[in-house]
Amino acid sequence: MKFGKKDILGIKDLTPDEINLILETAESFLEISTREIKKVPTLRGKSIINLFYEASTRTRTSFEIAGKRLSADTINISASTSSVVKGETLIDTARNLEAMNPDVIVIRHSAAGAPHMLARLLRQSIINAGDGAHEHPTQALLDMMTIKEKKGKIAGLKVAIVGDIMHSRVARSNIYGLSKMGAKVVLAGPATMLPRNIEQMGVAVYTNLEDAIRDADVVMMLRIQLERQKQSIFPSLREYAQHYCLNRTNIKQAKKDVIVMHPGPMNRGVEISPDIADDPSCSVILDQVNNGVAVRMALLYLLTGGNE
Amino acid sequence: MKLLLTGARVIDPSQNMDISADVLLENGKITDIAPELGKTLDSKSPAKVKTIDLSGMIVVPGLIDMHVHLREPGFEYKETIASGSAAAVAGGFTSVACMPNSAPVNDNRSITEFIRRKAAEASLVNVYPIGAISKDSAGTQLTEFWDLKEAGIVALSDDGKPVMDAALMRRALEYASSLGLPVISHCEDSNLSSGGLMNEGYYSTILGLRGIPSIAEEAMVARDILIAEFTRTSVHIAHVSTTGSVRLIREAKKRGLQVTAETAPHYFTLTDESLQSYDTNFKINPPLRNVADVTAIKEGLADGTLDAIACDHAPHGRTDKEVEFEYASFGITGLETSLGLSLQLISDGVLTFPELIAKMSINPARILNLPKGTLKPGVDADITVIDPKLKWEVNVKAFRSRGKNSPFHGHQMQGRAMMTIVSGEIKYDGR
Repeated sequence: MKFGKKDILGIKDLTPDEINLILETAESFLEISTREIKKVPTLRGKSIINLFYEASTRTRTSFEIAGKRLSADTINISASTSSVVKGETLIDTARNLEAMNPDVIVIRHSAAGAPHMLARLLRQSIINAGDGAHEHPTQALLDMMTIKEKKGKIAGLKVAIVGDIMHSRVARSNIYGLSKMGAKVVLAGPATMLPRNIEQMGVAVYTNLEDAIRDADVVMMLRIQLERQKQSIFPSLREYAQHYCLNRTNIKQAKKDVIVMHPGPMNRGVEISPDIADDPSCSVILDQVNNGVAVRMALLYLLTGGNE
Repeated sequence: MKLLLTGARVIDPSQNMDISADVLLENGKITDIAPELGKTLDSKSPAKVKTIDLSGMIVVPGLIDMHVHLREPGFEYKETIASGSAAAVAGGFTSVACMPNSAPVNDNRSITEFIRRKAAEASLVNVYPIGAISKDSAGTQLTEFWDLKEAGIVALSDDGKPVMDAALMRRALEYASSLGLPVISHCEDSNLSSGGLMNEGYYSTILGLRGIPSIAEEAMVARDILIAEFTRTSVHIAHVSTTGSVRLIREAKKRGLQVTAETAPHYFTLTDESLQSYDTNFKINPPLRNVADVTAIKEGLADGTLDAIACDHAPHGRTDKEVEFEYASFGITGLETSLGLSLQLISDGVLTFPELIAKMSINPARILNLPKGTLKPGVDADITVIDPKLKWEVNVKAFRSRGKNSPFHGHQMQGRAMMTIVSGEIKYDGR
């Protein structure tokens, strides 16, 4: 199958066939990262710009490693070191980068829709590495890859996503992706963290952690951003942790073979107790990171016409 | 100099007139409207009368937009009083009332006088300045209403910003009522709307954009109705966009309170679904609402709850809009699309032609106490000639406004202003 997309802006725009193609391609790339010499010449001569307007360790490093393992030249630009501090607009920055002829631009931005603006204007492929509270497609793809790897399938599984759904691009991308692949998605969080009419996305919504994770095959915990406390989204971390932290007791509501996921970075003891996070019998958090590199390699490969 | 407009259908809601007639203009005033007027005139003094054949056209009182932003002084790159005036006449408007959120804010006599001088220099359209309720529209201290009125303002508003302090709003309504000045309220609870970018609902949820809830508007509409009732004063609600606001205003009117209201064409034309492209031209405050709200706005127009249509003309420069959605300015440039979009209400069966014209002429004139919006003999000859059949496509590049920020670029319209006459002078001729 030929991959017909110019950009990866969101899971909303992908078909199940396209998701499967990406996941299968990623699975075939997994092995490269286990070699002694972790590099193939597939994208030699291609250049990839990582344009990060928001702090990121995991995602940016993952994209950089993905590019390098395929022998592409990767260039990292972060907002603090670039012309952004001189007041240049995103469009001007992007047009300047375009003039240098990269093949792929990976962008993370705090403003939802910023990657879409670039995709409209530039001839290069754009990969959304997270835009505001909108989408984080590569995270959802690596999550789906991890679920498929651990459970052998996605269809028919019950996946609970718990936490600040309102501000989570990870949640939105996973709701689209998992629903498209046939999973049943349920959400949980205090009502202040559940955005209006979210149930119209085809998900069940709970305000109670136990109800949401009951008989779940997968539990995905979201990071609580501490600054939200100031916006009265929740009164205190203490109270949040008492009711929404995944721990030894409440996890018993889920299936015995439940897997626990977290997009990172974790607040240990807030949304996830340390013993769950570090328990190899249920936690797949580091597998997610490993698969993240493979998924990003797959996307770079597919977008540059690798499978044609 | 006499001007005779012949062969048109003449609609003047102020006198319940809808007839085929000729209209005679003399020395900048309307002197007569009657069928076959041309024939009797021709026999008297044919040479002194310039006749314009308007067969197939509709002649209405010059349209009034009671809510525009002309941006001068301070934001001349967005619009000037001259370019905004040119946009107004091209859109069929003979009078506009401009909001005070220029820089500096129109909160004192000298700014009002400046605006009037610039309008006179442009000499295209009647420009009625609206003064600020509070100094710098900061919401803390009243402006000198009396002085502003003497300088020529026709109303008061802190438009663009809500008056969050209910006590200040109360004092504003009371003080303004003693001067007969209408107060126009931009209804938005800024705590509820804080940081919001679009209507709060399904689309804000999937787009990951901070929502502006309908209650941010409705809570303030309710508050201002209560203040007007308690103080026995009047209040005009600007740019109504939600079902709840329409209901509150309808109930207030039913109870005999002195509440009037306007809406804008985009609120009965577009919904928040349009924002899925992240096109910043759809970013506006109050935001585009949902399908049910659009229906409620149309019902409010049809049953008279909403008295006026005003486009909230908000021109912006490219730099204000060609940025990330979150950083883009709110507003739509509207004077050149307002009539075309509003005419759609007639084809949709929401309003009759006279009802629509009333909301764009005599009703805003009455709200602002202007001697306008009518074709009664003796008044200034402000006339708009509409070709109701003409099909056209919106092209922002052809706008007279400096603001090209319209979500209606490429939109198919039927009907537009073909001629705009202000005080007997043809200021726009699109034939």
